[in-house]
Amino acid sequence: MGTERGAPGDRRPGECESAAPGLAVRDVLGALRREDRSRLLAALVARFGDLDLAEDATQDAFAAALEKWPVTGVPDKPLAWLMTTAARKAIDRLRRQRALTERLARLHVEQEHRVARAVEVSPADPDEIPDERLELFFACCHPTLRVEEQVVLTLRYLAGLTTAEIAQAFLVPVPTMQQRLVRAKRRMRVTRIPVRVPGSAELPDRLSAVLTVIYLVFSEGYAATEGASHLRTDLTQEAIRLARIVHRLMPTQPEVTGLLALMVLIEARAPARTGRDGMPVPLPDQDRRTWDRLLLEEGLSLAQQAAAGGPGPYSVQGAIAAVHAEAPDFASTDWRQIVALYDVLVILAPGPVVRMARAVAIGRRDGPEVGIAHLDELSADPALAEHHPFHEARAVTLELLGRPEEARRAWVRAHALARNDAERDYLLQRWWDA
Amino acid sequence: MKYVLLLFGTIDDVRCGEAGPEGAVEGPGPEAFMAFDAELEAAGVLAGGFALHDPETAVSLAAPAGGGDPVITSGPFAESREFVGGTIIIDVPDIDAALAWARRCPGVHGGRVEVRAIAEY
Repeated sequence: MGTERGAPGDRRPGECESAAPGLAVRDVLGALRREDRSRLLAALVARFGDLDLAEDATQDAFAAALEKWPVTGVPDKPLAWLMTTAARKAIDRLRRQRALTERLARLHVEQEHRVARAVEVSPADPDEIPDERLELFFACCHPTLRVEEQVVLTLRYLAGLTTAEIAQAFLVPVPTMQQRLVRAKRRMRVTRIPVRVPGSAELPDRLSAVLTVIYLVFSEGYAATEGASHLRTDLTQEAIRLARIVHRLMPTQPEVTGLLALMVLIEARAPARTGRDGMPVPLPDQDRRTWDRLLLEEGLSLAQQAAAGGPGPYSVQGAIAAVHAEAPDFASTDWRQIVALYDVLVILAPGPVVRMARAVAIGRRDGPEVGIAHLDELSADPALAEHHPFHEARAVTLELLGRPEEARRAWVRAHALARNDAERDYLLQRWWDA
Repeated sequence: MKYVLLLFGTIDDVRCGEAGPEGAVEGPGPEAFMAFDAELEAAGVLAGGFALHDPETAVSLAAPAGGGDPVITSGPFAESREFVGGTIIIDVPDIDAALAWARRCPGVHGGRVEVRAIAEY
């Protein structure tokens, strides 16, 4: 952190006297808003126990910075400045509220206590504010909230997205998303959802809920990038950012590490996943030279750490992604290892989609005759009957077996179930080629 | 923070799994509820509640919105499969604590326990 970055002495002669510091402040504030807003918010929730108040006070603090920093320069410790300011603003708001409403008088003692704590903590320790985002994660992903509410709360308060951005990302009208957020916040407040890290007995279940929300966000983003629209907020990146926060705060939880590994390894393939024509490129046809090397290395190392911590649904999926990442091309994929990992996964996370993926892996290992037998065994499953990748997997296997008529029927079925234009175009092309 | 545990039963199984004439199903009886009450009392979280007689003995009054004389009918709302069999009020710090108690309530077996925060006015 430089000293007084926006101060007049910093400027070289000839630079615009009025605009330059303002722009610098905007940049600094933009970065802070993106990276540290959630941290500020979490610290305020911890002090004041009130999400709405914390949100308003955070907003007040950023507004104050925007007003003051162009004049005073960016302070040495901008985050600490924001925290101190936000705490003062929160206290102001509490005082105003208290003056206005009789009802709050009953909370007087409790509030005084919290105010005392806030005043005492923040200016005395200006270097650092504690990272209390984990507490906020557990509150936002509380099991008494609906999953879609958990998603919107997490994206709003931990990823720092606006309600409009979340609505756009999920292709939901903005008022609908606003209502969802309001309902979720009301439930949090009325039922008094605690903002804390659960005890060890509850931790595995509660952590799994947090990871589910993050992976849902990732999956939504993944499906969207295959679609025609590139205007949607990049949810895959937001999910990875969220997982990085949880991972930093819980570095020894193998499932957290496993989820981050899984998402990072899938994200590494992004450059190869879409062709020039905008159509999805399936794994066998991807040009692996375009995979992101840095992400691959990071993902492989994370997958290894996760695996060392013992098997869990995400660490095993991370390991499967790592096996793919290690193969220089599709033909040299270690299918024996992948089948072995799916054998573990069907026990840890049983479900039709996992059984389907296992059947595909067995087919790759033992040949398409065996593969189609395993896939056909699953065709009675109602969930898979509506799942286009299942029909796609059957079509690919039937093509390998030289059964074009059946393959074409499977492509047609997959096409009918596809979710977006790019997928439909791709499946139509495959039907045509068959 | 006060929460109420609303103990619901279903009309088809008014005794909530309690051994019926055939004695087939053995569910929680009054002793189980009394034991639960005693536990809540001992933990210092019990803040009230009551048990109710059978829903058959209920009397319902309802008037159309905007006025008119209420119509009196026997029994609970005929369309509803559920009825309230009783309530337990607990005073605990947050929803997690409330759920931890609700989980142990005998009413969850063969019935449904709804946890609601009590509005303070």
